Amino acid sequence: MVFTGGGVLALVIVMALFAPMYVRDPMNMDPFKTLQPPSAAMWFGTDNLGRDVFARTVFGARLSLTVGLMVVASTALSGLLIGVIAGYHRGFDSIIMRVMDGLMSIPTILLAMALVSLAGSGLSILIVAITIPQIPSTARLVRSVVLSVRERPYVEAALCGGARAPKVLWRHILPNTIPALMVQSANICASAILTEAGLSFLGAGVSPEIPSLGNMISSSRLYLGLAPLTVFAPGVWLAVTVLAVNLLGDGLRDLFDPRLKRRR
Amino acid sequence: MSGSLLKVESLTKHYGRGTGFLRKTEPAVRAVEDVSFSVEAGETLCIVGESGCGKSTVARLLMRIVEPTAGRVIIDGVDIAGLKSHALRAWRRRMQMVFQDPYSSLNPRLTAGQIITEPVENFERLRRKQSQALAAELLRKVGLAPDMMHRLPSELSGGQRQRLGIARALALQPSLIIADEAVSALDVSVQAQILNLLMDLQQQLGIAFVFISHDLSVVEHIGHRVAVMYLGRIVELASCEALFAMPVHPYTEALIAAAPVPDPTRVRREVPVEGEVPSPINPPSGCTFHPRCPIAVERCRIERPPLVPMADGRVVACHVRAPALDIHAECSRKDADRSEAVNPELSFAVGRSDFP
Repeated sequence: MVFTGGGVLALVIVMALFAPMYVRDPMNMDPFKTLQPPSAAMWFGTDNLGRDVFARTVFGARLSLTVGLMVVASTALSGLLIGVIAGYHRGFDSIIMRVMDGLMSIPTILLAMALVSLAGSGLSILIVAITIPQIPSTARLVRSVVLSVRERPYVEAALCGGARAPKVLWRHILPNTIPALMVQSANICASAILTEAGLSFLGAGVSPEIPSLGNMISSSRLYLGLAPLTVFAPGVWLAVTVLAVNLLGDGLRDLFDPRLKRRR
Repeated sequence: MSGSLLKVESLTKHYGRGTGFLRKTEPAVRAVEDVSFSVEAGETLCIVGESGCGKSTVARLLMRIVEPTAGRVIIDGVDIAGLKSHALRAWRRRMQMVFQDPYSSLNPRLTAGQIITEPVENFERLRRKQSQALAAELLRKVGLAPDMMHRLPSELSGGQRQRLGIARALALQPSLIIADEAVSALDVSVQAQILNLLMDLQQQLGIAFVFISHDLSVVEHIGHRVAVMYLGRIVELASCEALFAMPVHPYTEALIAAAPVPDPTRVRREVPVEGEVPSPINPPSGCTFHPRCPIAVERCRIERPPLVPMADGRVVACHVRAPALDIHAECSRKDADRSEAVNPELSFAVGRSDFP
């Protein structure tokens, strides 16, 4: 699973990364060539404004992956920080975790819409809006790992040996949180990509002229009968990307789970 | 007595008394109650008792892994039970611990060398060469080959791992090592090796041990003095020979009688002790042992027996046996009070203030 997911994901990432080198300008409109069928020049045809659907799909995936990675990076960092503090310092624990419970109750879509209407649409707002509701689950996960690891005899032994708290955390506790955090990060990445597409579809994401998979499905859905690829191409691309990320996550979980490892 | 390396006074630990915001008040588990003893330099004090009697908690209290509810732990005249964590670090060098489980007490991600040199690196910065030399020296001390420093704990056997745990405890050159069931997770043949290693180290380096065990044969082999714990309290503290030759407290008697002896000719006294250890949440009134005690009298139900010093230097907490056996208890107590500094045998008398 790691190899299937990782392979497909690597392909999607490479295609997105080098998109400007092999596709046309995704913003370029041609009013004389709207809703064209696929051709050698334009593999997925054109949309209702005469833009290259293949170019827009690849650039859309670029945006999706950017959002996914940025959300993962910011959730992992803040979740790790909050989780470690809550798990290691029992005084802060109940306060922090109640705040996290509060954050958990915020619906992602609603928060994103509120933020976009306050600050205007933009990639950074979108990332913040998707990140905030994801932090509690990561923080909880990290906290639970820290709570179980800090009771292990080797952590007690390190304290007996005169290690200071930062060293104990860095050397003995943090390395144990990494496997769980990586699995969780894959799941968060997948759901962040889907949330971004959903928000763009609703018009609460990036502005409509920017190629994003959600934007494309949203603006082309009226022409589904005339040019089905304008909807299916970004849809399938989205599904494959999310599937690849999820497969990678599942594979990582199996890889890190000692019980499953032994059975193999 | 000022000569003691470690002196423990009325050490008490109650668990789960936490009251706080959004937290229920629960009845406290009285894990350790009013435990006092002292350890001289270079001697081995064993603490024995059934599981759940609080002996491991005593070890963790001594190391300040858990905070004591009350009591004092005095090393070199300083009470470390009250020290804040940064002041405590300096005292870590004097006292180290060997853990029960050689598997979970070693970080699986670090190499043997990293594990045993870490305590020293907490206090001083070592160059790569220095730490390698230190690791090699420590490994040699515990009978392992120096080239093992690059191995991971998972590549070592249980006995080798426990030697590693001992090497880690030796790294800071402590004067006292607390060994919490240090051999009980090992095979019997390996147990003997580790015990002999500990005794050799004691002879070479003059290290004192607080050796916690439930295995009486191990205690008989390694101990100089033995404290018997029951339900969080010390019920008898005596020299090893005296305790095994003639246990006074009925619980000690039962423990020794219950231990299997690989000698068919040895006469065993059967002591009927029935029932389970009562819950430390709600310990019995009076003497905590009275519900299971074969010789309990009415007084045991009502009044808690204090630890009474006996003529041969041991202390026992029993209404029936202690006064009966010790006709001179009163005079020896007075003597003990007067000659505290001169008579080391009597000076570990515990809870003397309780004496009626």
